[in-house]
Amino acid sequence: MIEPVIDILLLAFMIVIALAVVRMRDLFGVAMLFSLFSLLSAGVFTVMDAADVAFTEAAVGAGISTILMLATLTRTARRERPRAKGVPILPLTVVFITGALLVFGTSDLPRLGDPDAPIHQHVADRYLQRSGEEIGIPNVVTSVLASYRGYDTLGETAVIFTAGIAVIALLGLRRRRPRQERKTDGRDALGETTVMPTAGMADERVPGRPEKGGDG
Amino acid sequence: MLHHTVLRVVSKLLIPVIMLFALYVQFHGDYSPGGGFQAGVIFAAAIILYALLFGLDNTLEVLPPDLLQWTAALGVLIFAGVGIDTVLMGGNFLDYNRLAADGPAGQHLGIFLVELGVGITVTSVMLLLYYAFAGRNPGK
Repeated sequence: MIEPVIDILLLAFMIVIALAVVRMRDLFGVAMLFSLFSLLSAGVFTVMDAADVAFTEAAVGAGISTILMLATLTRTARRERPRAKGVPILPLTVVFITGALLVFGTSDLPRLGDPDAPIHQHVADRYLQRSGEEIGIPNVVTSVLASYRGYDTLGETAVIFTAGIAVIALLGLRRRRPRQERKTDGRDALGETTVMPTAGMADERVPGRPEKGGDG
Repeated sequence: MLHHTVLRVVSKLLIPVIMLFALYVQFHGDYSPGGGFQAGVIFAAAIILYALLFGLDNTLEVLPPDLLQWTAALGVLIFAGVGIDTVLMGGNFLDYNRLAADGPAGQHLGIFLVELGVGITVTSVMLLLYYAFAGRNPGK
């Protein structure tokens, strides 16, 4: 009985946050709202009993990607540029047509939790019934992720690795500063106040690097 | 070092607990929600919290990027290595049944190693991403 109420509340909050994100110019606040948005979707997943997904969403979406977005903000401007005046006719038309098509597309989708949905007809039954004897661990999500679909998970791990490589290739690998240099520098990471409350990010740039580009 | 005393004290208490929780999520993934991805992210979050409060330089001393670039590759290699190992033992790629005498025992071992590889790669890459973005050219 209480579930639909919680669902509606969470989704309503998410809509409000999405609208606030669109309207806000302060990117620091936008990053925080995105974090809140992720936390609320983790709540929605919890209501759906998808504990693993909710866990991932809370850890990755609300946690680490917020930190990474804030760290990115230190490399760009804190505020978004003011938008141009006037009603953007063409973008609005495109957005409305796309949205209408998406809403039209949902009419073909099975109802939420429908046992006859195609996703439940394929291999899901077999995984649920045989996982106990074949894999022997209680958490079926783990047995699907790591064993039945191990090949996919290997691909995902490779994707994460590739993403790391790509960022290093673009921004360069950070080197440690020699100890003496830091001593003479004499500044504590928290000693200087910056736009961010994230102190470590206010750290000095690495010496011996060019001012712009050409890294790595 | 006088700044943010409350944050420093609280995080000093919390960081070990967060790391322990990450290890719990990593090695208890067979029984409860979680696994390598989540554990890696939580572990990286604990270290990033340390970096935020105690400075990036101290963090770079503990976990230098030169080391992390190797461990990032190591995780993927562990994962793929388990797959190659099962092939060498006469099975299919990532067929964990070959790792032990009976099926489920092999599956347990395989899942453990594979999740460990995922955790190592995710932690390393998350920290490398943070290092890459943090502390460069603060915005206006």
